[in-house]
Amino acid sequence: MKNLLSINDLSHDEAISILDTAAELQKLTAGTVKKLPTLRGRTVANLFFEDSTRTRLSFEAAAKRLSADVINFSAKGSSVSKGESLKDTAQTLEAMGVDLFVLRHPASGAATSLAESGWVHAHIINAGDGTHEHPTQALLDSFTIRKHHGIGRNDFSGVKVAIVGDIAHSRVARSNVLLLKKLGADVTVIAPPTLIPHGIESWGVQHSYDFDEDLASFDVVMMLRVQLERMNDAYFPNGREYARGYGLDESRLHRLKKSAIVMHPGPMNRGLEISSASADSAQSVILEQVANGVIVRMAVLYRSLGGPDIASAGGL
Amino acid sequence: MNEILLKNAIALDGSIIDVLIMESSVAQVGVGLETSGEIIDCGGLRLLPGFVDLHTHLREPGKENTETVLSGSQAAARGGFTAVSAMANTYPVADSAGVVEQVWRLGKSAGLCDVYPIGAVSAGLEGEKLAEIGAMAESAARVRVFSDDGKCVSDPLLMRRALEYVKSFGGVIAQHAQEPRLTIGAQMNEGSVASELGLAGWPAVAEESIVARDILIANAVQSRLHICHLSTRGSVEIVRWAKAQGMAVTAEVTPHHLLLTDESARTYDPIYKVNPPLRSMEDVLALRAALADGTIDIVATDHAPHSDEDKECEWASAAFGMVGLESALGIVVTTMIESGLMDWQRLAEVMSYAPAKIGGYEGQGEMLAVGAQANFVLVDPQSEWLVDREALLSRSRNTPFPGMKLTGEVIHTIYRGKVVLRNRKVLSYE
Amino acid sequence: MSLILDGTEISRALKRIAHEIVEHHHGLNSVVLMGIPTRGKYLAERLAAMLASIEAPVEHGTLDITMHRDDIRLRPPRALVPTLLPVGGIEGKSVILVDDVLFSGRTIRAALDALGELGRPASVQLAVLVDRGHRELPIRADYVGKNIPTSLKESVKVSLIEIDGIDSVEIAPVSP
Repeated sequence: MKNLLSINDLSHDEAISILDTAAELQKLTAGTVKKLPTLRGRTVANLFFEDSTRTRLSFEAAAKRLSADVINFSAKGSSVSKGESLKDTAQTLEAMGVDLFVLRHPASGAATSLAESGWVHAHIINAGDGTHEHPTQALLDSFTIRKHHGIGRNDFSGVKVAIVGDIAHSRVARSNVLLLKKLGADVTVIAPPTLIPHGIESWGVQHSYDFDEDLASFDVVMMLRVQLERMNDAYFPNGREYARGYGLDESRLHRLKKSAIVMHPGPMNRGLEISSASADSAQSVILEQVANGVIVRMAVLYRSLGGPDIASAGGL
Repeated sequence: MNEILLKNAIALDGSIIDVLIMESSVAQVGVGLETSGEIIDCGGLRLLPGFVDLHTHLREPGKENTETVLSGSQAAARGGFTAVSAMANTYPVADSAGVVEQVWRLGKSAGLCDVYPIGAVSAGLEGEKLAEIGAMAESAARVRVFSDDGKCVSDPLLMRRALEYVKSFGGVIAQHAQEPRLTIGAQMNEGSVASELGLAGWPAVAEESIVARDILIANAVQSRLHICHLSTRGSVEIVRWAKAQGMAVTAEVTPHHLLLTDESARTYDPIYKVNPPLRSMEDVLALRAALADGTIDIVATDHAPHSDEDKECEWASAAFGMVGLESALGIVVTTMIESGLMDWQRLAEVMSYAPAKIGGYEGQGEMLAVGAQANFVLVDPQSEWLVDREALLSRSRNTPFPGMKLTGEVIHTIYRGKVVLRNRKVLSYE
Repeated sequence: MSLILDGTEISRALKRIAHEIVEHHHGLNSVVLMGIPTRGKYLAERLAAMLASIEAPVEHGTLDITMHRDDIRLRPPRALVPTLLPVGGIEGKSVILVDDVLFSGRTIRAALDALGELGRPASVQLAVLVDRGHRELPIRADYVGKNIPTSLKESVKVSLIEIDGIDSVEIAPVSP
């Protein structure tokens, strides 16, 4: 696995193998060992064309715990208006000796463009491209689900997952749908019709406009962040009406199965898609997701930077 | 006196004929003709009327790094076109007599095909007030086709006025049908592929709502409407309905919309980014059927050169458009003739007779007859060739067909009695 | 491909190692066997069983060294194998690392690093089924089943019943 651009790049077994590796890394780093020498001498560049302190810090922590050197590049859309700068920036950093790019970009497909264009040779991990995908988020979410619904499970069949919110514009939803389906989970996406993507029928998931309908049947409720700008584009009238229909408030929280877990990729809009009571409840695994993010990203970095097997057989 | 004898060409009806050209027009049509001048052996080649493109972006003035009237004319000659129509979205915009005359004169001096400037409908393509339509019509360029192409004339009142205004000289408004509010930030065809790729969808209804509206407006004011680059099945149905009512509407389809679908976007290679976007296979099949049955009147290239810088970037930042003059015939033969959907007679109709008639281009799209202007293209109908991106005569390289194998190759092009393409080589000036 | 050791010979070699360990560690007090995956894990289990029948039961575990390798550029990444520490840990113990083949010594270097992060043993020794030479680091084995002189153009293949269905050690030319 040189690049991780989309969950589609992974087979079921590869995805499971990443989750297994992460599980071992978690045990390995749970005690006194905070730092492993695995990526010593390798340089990871966080190439962020969009603000996301959390994701950047998570990748940075992951890389550093594997002893990689980390350099950070941040530029917001305004200062880098033209797409050409993706090419220039990546080439410039590569000239400084980067082995792997962690790319966050507001344009869907930016990671694919960088990987396919031949502009650079370094490995590429997609850390969120526009409204397309965010594969490491999906991996950490599945890692978290796996821990709570049967450690070591390679098959998520029977696990009912609801993804609630702005499905149409969510890279988190796209990657999660692809991965959860690959692992065999039963996925329902829930949103007002304006925020359900066109052609949802081809996604192989159920969709619903009604959050309350099957509320008590879900094992996992994954709430998505709502962008308030969507109101201006008339996707929904206002925050109150959205929260009433699709927010995880206390009353809905109480109607969940006791074993159900509540997830959110962060940052949260408390009081909009999720109430404070739900976010801070015993069923919430939101902070665990953050911790697992570092572990899973360590596994992904390790998997990406492992080279081809040219060593002779017979032990070393 | 300049004399050229085209020997043993295959006429539209399949018969083998000779055509004697003297100066710029046809002197004799028959068999066993002789000449003391040049003889071009046309054995196995189809003789077609020179193609007429009603939709070409030549980028001059303003973006000469991507195309000039001369380089575009060379690409046209290579593609078998003896007339092209230079769209108005140049810098400055072709919204005054001065700019259209400049383009017209550049075409004359290139001398490889007729270059008919298209005038802007609105001043500066801003969609607010009318451009100097009358002045452009009366200029040396005699503009008859007006379009804000690249942008839609979205204000229905302005559209109505423009349609009315051009009636005085028999002009036509070529509408780029795209409801702007329904396509804010749109990147590709709205559908399951766009949803998967996370690219903002461009709904079919954004085109269809304008097509329907403008057909009704044009009919209400009894003027002529031409719809640029039809791309959806729904648009086809609306035009079909309008024609059944006897309304004066004509429509075009581009070669790329006859061949490619939104599946191409899966690579995120912006070479496939175009306006209107590539649609579904269902739309492609509807467009092909409509071109064959006459619902769609013409093929127009929407040749849109862009620099590498504007295409070598992530999808959302890339420019819309593809070059198309040099591959147009190959695509049409491959998609329409090879598939048996239409014959060569119909190809002559959609690539020459009909567009010349819509544009009012004199001496173009004429039936083969003594006295007609000698605008011809000789096509090897069997030749299979590969599109070579590096060998394009256009200044830009943004072809979505690199390496693609096409059937039907332009061998010679004769423009007003002059061989401008001989054995695939464009006439060069020293 | 030529057979160097068959099943009986492998058992004999391990038995000899077990006796040497007993000789060296009287009473086997504080001895801990740590097998290095993949095959070292099973060799450690077998040695533990032998020691139990000869002298006394010993604690054993596995030590995954994947994340401590210095040759990540050269090898494909693989899923980590659990590191299993014996109940008593390794602090102050006499740890014996167990692996199938000793070659460059880099695996053992990585194992020493990995071990160092788990605790501070009183001593560390190394037991291998095969020593094929060509060391790249100053590392040697304390217990060797068989020394097999090899050329770099050859590879040594150890098969164990637990994974491969058969016990054997073979030498073959490196596949190009």
